Amino acid sequence: MNPMKQLVESTKTSSPRKRGSSNSPIPNSLDFRLCGNDWLTRNLLFSIVLLLLVITAPPLPAAVTLESFTFPTPAEEQHFKDVIGQLRCLVCQNETLADSDADLAHDLRAEVYEMMKSGKSDKEVIDFLVNRYGDFVLYNPPVKPSTYLIWYGPFVLLAIAVLLLIRAVGRQRQVQEPEISAEERKRLERLLGDNAGKGKQG
Amino acid sequence: MARYLRYMVPLAIFALLVAFLYRGLSLDPKLVPSPLVGKPIPKFTLTRLDNPAASISDADFRGKVTLLNVWATWCVSCRQEHETLVQLAKTGQVDIYGLNYKDNREDARQWLTRYGNPYVANAFDSDGRVGIDWGVYGAPETFIIDREGIIRHKHIGPLTIEIINDEILPLVAKLKS
Repeated sequence: MNPMKQLVESTKTSSPRKRGSSNSPIPNSLDFRLCGNDWLTRNLLFSIVLLLLVITAPPLPAAVTLESFTFPTPAEEQHFKDVIGQLRCLVCQNETLADSDADLAHDLRAEVYEMMKSGKSDKEVIDFLVNRYGDFVLYNPPVKPSTYLIWYGPFVLLAIAVLLLIRAVGRQRQVQEPEISAEERKRLERLLGDNAGKGKQG
Repeated sequence: MARYLRYMVPLAIFALLVAFLYRGLSLDPKLVPSPLVGKPIPKFTLTRLDNPAASISDADFRGKVTLLNVWATWCVSCRQEHETLVQLAKTGQVDIYGLNYKDNREDARQWLTRYGNPYVANAFDSDGRVGIDWGVYGAPETFIIDREGIIRHKHIGPLTIEIINDEILPLVAKLKS
């Protein structure tokens, strides 16, 4: 907490403008609004405090929208959450089945719940959904010819980049330092020597 | 030549990137291709919307080219496409079946009385279980089914006259021949 306090102190003292002095005809509140810098610092501080509160706050329960499914053991509940957490809701496409409040997500959660309760394996549950809605329901797309580009593309690009880098570095090595004559070398040493001497005197 | 190549390679990469991004502009991420296209329709048996005592099943789709339209009264886009379906039904080109998805029976019946009924028959899927088997994730969705009961096409979103004329009817004609 100390650094925070220091920050507060420093912004108070380092404020470039005098404000709220007693003989000012302008009321304090207005003064604040006019002072762009103060306004900014106050907002920044407020933001930092808010951010700290958000970071330190206890996490909200993850599945707020989850219906009251009952499970014999907490492990099975976790398992259910893991499975629906890997599946995409088709209505709100950036949400998992676990997070989405869409009507279809409710239905599909119930469907998955029933299937798992009747002893179906994860693969059976996932295949059930893929057969109806396609690979799109998977957040982790399967490796197959149509997805080779997204799976291997980045590695191909990386390989090309590394090759280019190696070539560029190799080329730079080949560039030799230019030869200098004995006379030039002498002059160089003299200049360097002079500088060193001056440095000592100064 | 080698010198020009040096400049052409980045340019080519850039052009490729632009091509990909340009294509991406006209793609709608909401349209998820269905894995069911090319496969037989899912097995199901449901009650008919107009008569809870009568049933409708996947067997009713055999032997003729059909269209299955997934709709509901809570679905705004379904209201938008309804007139198009009514018009399509008038052409007599294809039998339109309906899957009334997660709806209220009474509401759905009133909707058909009010706005016209383009459907040969409607299956009433109140809990959406059959909808899941068909890979329905939003309404409206429309499937084109051939004589053997194989799904040949799926259109996601409301149908328009243009889509009917450019996609649906040509495919129906092809499947019929």
